[in-house]
Parts: sequence; structure tokens; C-alpha cells
Amino acid sequence: MPNHLYRLTADEVASGIKNGDFSAQEYISQILERIEKIDVKIKAFIAVDKQGAVEKARSIDKRIRDGDRTGRLSGVAVGIKDNICTKDLKTTCASKMLEGYIPPYDATVIKKLKESDAIIVGKLNLDEFAMGSTTEFSNYGPTRNPWNINYVAGGSSGGSAASVAALECAISLGSDTGGSVRCPASFCSVVGLKPTYGCVSRSGLISYSNSLEQIGSIGKTVCDVEMIMNTIAGTDENDSTTKATRPITTATTPNTVSLDRIPKYSRHQKKRNIRVGLVKELIEGAEPAVSKCIYSAVDLFEGSDCKCEDTSMQSIQYALAAYYTIAMAEASSNLARYDNIRYGFDFSPEGYEWNTYFAKVRNNFGEEVKRRIIIGSYVLSAGYYGKYYLKAQKAREMIKQEITSLFEMYDVLIAPTMPILPFKFGEKIKDPLTMYQIDIDTVVANLAGVPAISIPVGFSDCLPVGMQIMANEMEEQTLFDVASTFERILDIRKSPEI
Amino acid sequence: MVEVKIGLEIHCQLTGLQSKLFCSCQCDYRGEEPNTNICPICLGLPGTLPLLNQKAVEFASMISLALGCRIPDKVMFYRKNYFYLDLPKNFQITQYNAYGITSMGVEGKVDYGVKSTKIRRLQLEEDPGRLIYENTSFYTLIDYNRAGVTLVEIVTEPDFTEPKDVRRFLNKIISILEHLGVCETSLDGSVRCDANVSLEGGKKVEIKNVGSFGDVEKALSYEITRQKTMSVRDIEIRSETRHWDDARKITKQSRVKEEEEDYRYFPEPDIPTVVLGKEFLSSLKGRMPELPDERKIRFLREYKLSDHVSQVLIDNKELADFFESTVKIYPSSPNEIANWIVSDLLGFIDDSKKEGGSLFSGLKIEAKHMAELVGMIDQNIINRNIAKMILSQITKTGEMPSYVLDKMNTSIIDSKAIISEAIESIFKSEKSAVRDAKQNPNAANFLLGKVMQLTRGRADPKIALNLIKTKLAIME
Repeated sequence: MPNHLYRLTADEVASGIKNGDFSAQEYISQILERIEKIDVKIKAFIAVDKQGAVEKARSIDKRIRDGDRTGRLSGVAVGIKDNICTKDLKTTCASKMLEGYIPPYDATVIKKLKESDAIIVGKLNLDEFAMGSTTEFSNYGPTRNPWNINYVAGGSSGGSAASVAALECAISLGSDTGGSVRCPASFCSVVGLKPTYGCVSRSGLISYSNSLEQIGSIGKTVCDVEMIMNTIAGTDENDSTTKATRPITTATTPNTVSLDRIPKYSRHQKKRNIRVGLVKELIEGAEPAVSKCIYSAVDLFEGSDCKCEDTSMQSIQYALAAYYTIAMAEASSNLARYDNIRYGFDFSPEGYEWNTYFAKVRNNFGEEVKRRIIIGSYVLSAGYYGKYYLKAQKAREMIKQEITSLFEMYDVLIAPTMPILPFKFGEKIKDPLTMYQIDIDTVVANLAGVPAISIPVGFSDCLPVGMQIMANEMEEQTLFDVASTFERILDIRKSPEI
Repeated sequence: MVEVKIGLEIHCQLTGLQSKLFCSCQCDYRGEEPNTNICPICLGLPGTLPLLNQKAVEFASMISLALGCRIPDKVMFYRKNYFYLDLPKNFQITQYNAYGITSMGVEGKVDYGVKSTKIRRLQLEEDPGRLIYENTSFYTLIDYNRAGVTLVEIVTEPDFTEPKDVRRFLNKIISILEHLGVCETSLDGSVRCDANVSLEGGKKVEIKNVGSFGDVEKALSYEITRQKTMSVRDIEIRSETRHWDDARKITKQSRVKEEEEDYRYFPEPDIPTVVLGKEFLSSLKGRMPELPDERKIRFLREYKLSDHVSQVLIDNKELADFFESTVKIYPSSPNEIANWIVSDLLGFIDDSKKEGGSLFSGLKIEAKHMAELVGMIDQNIINRNIAKMILSQITKTGEMPSYVLDKMNTSIIDSKAIISEAIESIFKSEKSAVRDAKQNPNAANFLLGKVMQLTRGRADPKIALNLIKTKLAIME
């Protein structure tokens, strides 16, 4: 049996298992061993479903022995951000408020992963209710950056990125409301995609901000991320906001190949004459260490059949304010349901009048969540609605219009994923505004509803730097084409020593 | 004269639907085991998304058309945020929006008699769960079977000035809902009405918790008197919510409105804007069933009924349907049939049923009975008095009139009801003999003779005499 199976990409795992190079059980036992050994340091997982994982592996192996068909992600170890509902498996949002919550249904993405024979190994850490950029706001403590455990892993999908970087699972799902997939992907040097709004069903994703968030995927390679998208994307009758989407087709996969076959991301049909816009405000606004990495990546890329030029986005100045206003407004309403009456944590209402009980239990939200509920309630209240919420929606419309017109000139836009390098724990947690400001590069894609991917482009002082590529609505294919070209020419993939 | 202003908010459950507004759970919760028709969506479990019931949009559009409302090309859903223990999500999905028109219907008008009332808006929203208070202050039970059931809220302009107009308007609304087939209005709690009352220049008082439509009129009359009395005594009328106390027939203060409650309305992000479009509207218009006003015109024209009789029939779809079913079987005398329904059959229906509940529940009469009965009158087989006795019998037994007549012709009548019916008609025709009998007990025998004559000697004389004496005694 080959050693270090846990190092393999999803693509390699699925074909290895299907070809009989190794069994799903052999693979998953190495993954579980790896988690056991190193997650005490990384703290990416909130819960590991050992039994479920082993059972699923056994059934996949049996079907392969019996010569039955198995799915695209056969045997691949997947970690799930703990704000995505998994039937019979605790889903906590890293909050005390959902400490004991076991969903009675699977999110649509979970159903699809299960159908394609992925193995769900556990639930991953996040900032409480996905509100944060460092995973420090988790009721279960922060997730550490695998490249240096004294540094934050990014957030809010910190567990999703760290677990893939630390080789605890091959791929993972996160959610991205204002950068929550891309930020930790960048900080942990993995690939993270936020798809077009409406491209992936949100049914079963516990909402933070409905109009901004999407379930995103994280992998070690662009190809892995594309494999996940081929599994989870598509219209879902359980989510009305997916109605207008069309399934992703892999341009590199000939039509004769059945969808079940793993789309080998060969580069024969690389999109030619790519027009690249470099978003000046964002690249120049970043730390020199970050912009330097971006420019040198772009320099390498320019050699390969594309045209890069500086471009500007005027409306970016409104992005953060618009983003936080809308996100907090929606959050204040979404989180109203947590009153501990139907589900929640163990706290008897006996002897309390409802309002008193309600106030008492809701005091168990963390500080950041409380802050956002309060601000969100404020911007929606009569007399302030027009001043804040409506204005934010107008700004959002402006940003969307500007980005749409930019995509008439460019196939993709390039910006840093994060304006700064990963930082130490506690460095920004006391200053909410500074913390919010580091989302400047990522919120634009959420406000405009366009897809964006973060890919590793280098290291500075042994800390990862990520680059963000954005494309127009439903142009995930273009993102994959450009991102995989960068991936090939940079050739920097490596794993941290833990 | 101080001017009174009354506006209404009517909530009507679309019981004609199969499923709830945002999920596929059965929407009929009545008589069901609590918390059995529920799913993650109507329980508001984390991660669930509302899935709009297309049929509900169609039904609400039909009501909008029937109430003369304009239906916008695009409609949207909004969240109304407030905390209450019957709300699974602690917000209600509705359509109201203070900043623009997003409801199913706006700016309608409903005529009733010579008056009319403007409709401000009509919107879809979800019903909360049902709270059950038991005889203890220690806990409250919640039944989520009702959570997510489709409601249509109809908001009128404050156009009413008299409680009796409100009653007429509500009757019309009920008849329209019944004719559209969207709501079984006789079901308990399927239609609820809140009212706003103010005196000219005064503060607005909201009246809630009025159980039946009959009580709306009573509650309004009480409230107007209360406000006028206060005003005369220079006591300030506060802006407040009052509940109707059904037992004491008064309104009681339930909550003083210090300030307008802030519901923090904002667009529901999980339901994309619904584009209705011209095609939808024109196809819907083509499929609209006959409405009460149209039906009345047809009754006048087709059956030559009087305006009054037509109105009584139309006001209650069950009566109008019963009439038409009868005419279908026996087309010769629509007028006679209508009169029998309006002046006699209605007498067998007790008032409580007119307030709600099916008119005919408990009565065994069907159209075929009425058709045969009127036929027998037309052919002079029976006279009106006999017919009345037979009608009384049918309502209880569901026997065919000819069968009842046969029994009457061959047997002694010992049914108190039938004999009472005969006595009733004799008392009406023999008024002076009744006066005599009150003075002189022996004169009762004359009345007995008349009863025996009417029943062709078949009434049990002992029972008849007893009934006559009882009736005389009551009259004193």
C-alpha cells in the first residue's frame, strides 16, 4: 500500500480508488489517522465522523469489487464547513446557540456529494455563523494556520482551508459571503472558489446574509475545485434563487465522455487571447509584499498569450460600507429565529416568562454576532432604512453596473485576495473596523454576484500570498482556464511541515 | 354629528389550496394531531428556504380581480420582523412595504348595495403557529400545523361610517370568496377581521379578536358609543389596541401604543421578484368563475326573480347553489322554488349557522326534495299548508316528499313536529278563535277540529290538543 495517500488530490484519489490502486478504506484510514495526529495543532475540525466515513468507504470498496458504478468523487475525503446542514450530524455554526442541533435533512450540496460517493469526514471550524475573517470568533476556539500555527488561518471558512492545506482532507466546502472562502484559501495557500450567485444551491446553508452568500469549494488544485463544482453546481428546486442557472460544462471534456468520468483538466483547449484587467485600486492598496507577488505572477502570465493592463474601479470606495450594511441587515433578521424554543442548547425555559427567557438565551451569541445583529437592526429601523439600507442597495447596484461594464473590456479581473499577509492571533480582534477593512478585495464579487477564485501565487516570509481572479456571471469556466494556467506556470504547490 | 371612520383588515386563509404558502405540507390543520403537518421549512429550521406556492399567487390574483384591484406586473415579498412565540422564524414573510407597491393587488373598490368601499391593498402572507393556552399559567403549547398556511390580507380604506355597512361589506366579501372557491369561509378561523375606529380628528383605536362577523358589528357599535361618550366628557381617546370580550360584549384595552411598532421591513432575499406579466393576467381573467354581482344579474334575467329574493340567494353561495340545483331538476317554477327557499327553508336554519358554519349542516334536505315538493304544489297534489308540513319532515328525515305524503295519507300522524306545523298554520288563519280559546278552554276544541280537518283526520287528537293547550299557555 502506498504511503501518504492523504497527500493526494481529489482527482488522484478518485482515479486511484476506481483503478484499484488502493481501496477507499486504506485511504480513509490514513486520512483519519492524519486528522487524529495533527488536528490537535491545527484545530480545523469541530467534529470528525469516523464511523460514517469508514462505513461509506467500505460500501464504495464493495461496489468497486462488485463492478458497480461509483461516482465522480469516489472515496474522496471531504470536510464540510459547520454551517452546512448534514443529516444526523451535528451542525453548530460554531455557536453556543446551536450547540445541540442535529439537522433532520441534508443540504442539497451534501446530497450531491453523497451521490457522487465522496466521503464526508467531518465538520469544519468557522467564525460563529460565518461572521469574521480569522476564525477567531468560534465557540470552539480558533483554527491555526498550517504554515505557522501562531498565525490566523483566515475566515470565516478557516477550518475548510486549513484542513485541506494540512492534508486532513482532500477537498472541502465553505461558504463565502464577503470572502469567507477566498480569504482563508489565500492565507493557507490553497485554491478557493466563490461561484456565481445562484450557481450552487443554498438549501441547507445556514444563512448569514442570503443575498450575498454562496457555498464555495476549496482544493489543493484548480482541477479539484472544478471537480467539486461539477458535482454541486446546478439548479435546485429547493432554492428559488438558483432558478436561472445553467450547469457548468467542462470545456476541456469532450462531449462523448460521460459526466461521471473525472474531467481530467488537460490544457489542450486553453482559452486564447485572454484580456486581463488589473484592478489598480486593490493591487496598489495592498501591502507591498502582496502586490509584489501579484505583479511577478502576472509578469510570468503575460508571456502566455494574453493581454494585461491596469484598470480602475471607481465604485470600490463604497463596497465595504454597502457590504456590511446589507450583510448585517439580513443577518439581524436571519438570526432572529434562534430563541432556543425548538432547538439549540440545553437550558430549560421552566420558570421563565417568554420574553425573559428569550433575552437570556440570546445573550449566548458571541460578541461579533451580537454586534452585527445590533447594527443590522439599526440600519433597518424606520427612519434609518432610507439612510443606510436603501443607500447600500443603490451602491451595490452601482458596483454591479461598473463591474459588468468592465467585463465588456476584460475576460477576467485580477486583484489580491487579501490586502495583507496572515497575521498573529489577537492582532486585530479588538478593532472591528480594521478587521472589516481587510475584506475590501473580496466583497466586490459578492456584491456583484460574480464568480471569483483565489489561487496561491507565492510566499512572503514563509507566509502564503493569494491572488484573486474574477470573471463575469456564469463564467466559472474562464476562471478555471486562467487559474489553471497560472497554476501551471507558477508551479509552486507544496504542503506545510506540521 | 361627529363623523365616524372605520377601516378593516381582513385575514382570509386560502383553504382551497392543498399545501402551505412556502412548503409542500398539507395546509388543512383542522382536526389534525398537533405538529404532524410540519417540515423543516414551515418550522423555520436553520438553512431552509421558502418555496413560493404558485397556486397561492393565482388565488390571490383572482381575489384581487374580484375586488377590482389593480395587479402590478411585479410583486415582491418582504420580511416583517418581530419576536413572538408563535412565529417559527421570528419574522413573517408578507408583502407589505412602506416604500413602494409590492402587493398582489392595490386600489380596489367593492360595491355593496348603494354604497362602496375602497380597497387599499391585498397581500399574501404566512399564518403563524397556533398557541394553545391550557388552564394553567405555567406553559403555553404551540401547534405548528398552522404555521405557513396561506393568508390573504385585505386592507380597506377607512371608508365606513356605520357598523351595519361593515356587516354588508363583509357578507359581500364572504360571498365573493365562496364564489371564487378559494376559501371555505364557514371553517372556524378561516376568515378573521380586525377593525380601526376613530372619531373625526381623533386617535385611532384598533379592535382585535372579534370571533364572528356578527360580532364585528356589535363590537364597532360598542366602540363608537364608548368613544363618543368619552369625547362628550372631554376624556382623551388614546391610540390603543382593544380586544373584543365575547362574554361581556364589550371591548377591553389590551395594549397602549406608545409608538408605532417598528417591524424593520426589508425585501425577502430568498424569493426572487415574481413577474406576473400580461399573459398570466389575461389567462386568469379567462378562467375567473362567475362572481356574485354577475350571478345576481343572471338570476334577475334568466329566472325573473325579484331583486330582493336574488340578493338573499346570492348573499350566500350555498343558498344560490341549492336554488340552481333545484331548478336544474325542476325547471318549470324558478320563482316558486326561490320563494320556498327564501321564505320557508331559511326558517329551518338556525341563526348560529348563518354566522358561520355550513347553512345546511344538520338539515337532510337536498335539491331533489325541493324539486319534487314544488312540482307537487304546481300539480295541485298538495296545498301550501301540507307542503310546509312535508318540508319540515324532509329536513329531519331526508325522505322524498311523495313518500312523506303517502305516509300522511294512510297513517295517524303522531309526529309532534308535523302536528305543530299544522297548529301553527291554523293559529294564523283562525286568529279570533285563538283569542276565544285563551279565555275559554272549551274553545280549544274548535281549534282541534280545524287541525283535524287540515290533516284529514289523521292527527293524533290527544297530542294535538296537548300541543294546542301548551301553545295557548305560552301565549299568555
